[in-house]
Amino acid sequence: MRRVVVTGLGMVSPLACGVELSWSRLLAGQSGARRIERFDVSDLACKIAMPVPRGGGDNGSFNPDQWMEPKEQRKIDDFILYAVAAAEQALVDAGWKPSTYEEQIKTGVLIGSGIGGLGGIAETAIVLKEKGPRRVSPFFIPGRLINLAGGYVSIQHGLKGPNHSVVTACSTGTHAIGDAGRLVALEDAEVMVAGGAESAINRIGIAGFAACRALSTNFNDRPKQASRPYDRDRDGFVMGEGAGCVVLEAYEHARARGAKIYAELAGYGMSGDAYHITAPQESGDGACRAMAAAIKRAGISPADIDYINAHGTSTPLGDEIEIRAVERIAGNSGRSLSMSSTKSAIGHLLGAAGAVEAIFSILAIRDQIVPPTLNLDHPSVATEIDLVPHKARKREVEFVLSNSFGFGGTNACLVFQRPQ
Amino acid sequence: MSDVAERVKKIVVEHLGVDADKVIDSANFMEDLGADSLDTVELVMAFEEEFGVEIPDDAAETIVTVGDAIKFLEKASAA
Repeated sequence: MRRVVVTGLGMVSPLACGVELSWSRLLAGQSGARRIERFDVSDLACKIAMPVPRGGGDNGSFNPDQWMEPKEQRKIDDFILYAVAAAEQALVDAGWKPSTYEEQIKTGVLIGSGIGGLGGIAETAIVLKEKGPRRVSPFFIPGRLINLAGGYVSIQHGLKGPNHSVVTACSTGTHAIGDAGRLVALEDAEVMVAGGAESAINRIGIAGFAACRALSTNFNDRPKQASRPYDRDRDGFVMGEGAGCVVLEAYEHARARGAKIYAELAGYGMSGDAYHITAPQESGDGACRAMAAAIKRAGISPADIDYINAHGTSTPLGDEIEIRAVERIAGNSGRSLSMSSTKSAIGHLLGAAGAVEAIFSILAIRDQIVPPTLNLDHPSVATEIDLVPHKARKREVEFVLSNSFGFGGTNACLVFQRPQ
Repeated sequence: MSDVAERVKKIVVEHLGVDADKVIDSANFMEDLGADSLDTVELVMAFEEEFGVEIPDDAAETIVTVGDAIKFLEKASAA
């Protein structure tokens, strides 16, 4: 298979619209958590989330009008809007603007989402019940479908190569980047825009995840302390939203056009738990096998991994299972390994999580620094792994592993390598 | 401009994201105002909602310009 490299990054996160500002705020220990103000939370067990900061576009705020015509915005759910913004940033960053037919047909898109247009589906169901089928908008379906994130991006930029999408809950963004990398490696495309997007901070989304007992409910009065992976007081995840997109490119293609190379996508591994619809398998077997597969594909040994961007959602069960799984994989190399959960700062972006976290992993390589796990005051288990509590840490970062584990028992891991 | 015309033009400006001065009676939704087939379906729905009338599909097909819409809705809301 051909070598695949990352040449462009784009992001809309709860910390900022834009990669560099999100990254610098992450390293500075900022949190995107706040009380939900968009809708009534009085009867919801969870009253906090990490929304994308909206504004006029200054100081990292997200201004929808900068990315999409207002008349288009009305037709779609926000996950498409976030994907469009992240994809445009990534393509601009990569300096890749396919203009000839030849350039267009070798450039594809693979963007996923965990749930897609949940908010629009809920609103339209009410319209259907109260006003009848004649009031259901013709844009209801195309504005909610998950692959329409990639559809919009392809139309906007004339990307006529593979047009694909992924839906694997919280592993979506990781699978999207991994699968897109394979498409480049197997010569289906020279360039792929890949990532994930999500916008499930709405009443039905919060109500649904709260019903699964997946959300934090003990910190409604202290939102910034709620996402606390590995800490003994953690009680669930805090929902985030946004999108992450990367430009993946065949190494030779990137080199020929003199593109800057952030990292090499060295490994990708997948597995299934075949265990439970929402709970992770207690032994961590599925997580272990996904990590091992990615490491093997990269042609390295576990001891070569310097940093793991953990799945670490801040749920009571999952965090410890992941630590134990990593310890089993790392063996005696645990002592030199750093692992942090950036969900402590941005929350759980569900289908976008893997994509945004892959970008943070890549930036850890670029800047030789690992981002912190916020709120880790009292680790619930003893481990030799450095969980990077509270503060970012400068260290050598040659290989990173980014983990995602999703509902349905779907596990995916990516290995990125410092460019050679 | 009649009250109906004013309301029609406001809806067209909002839904198609076009400048108000382009929304003249002779403007064709698809050819002049950049609407696609889904936009025209939504426009008709918006007219129905605003004027509290039902526009059957065969009538909707005859509404291709701003003027067509105004004429239809003036008649429908007078009835």
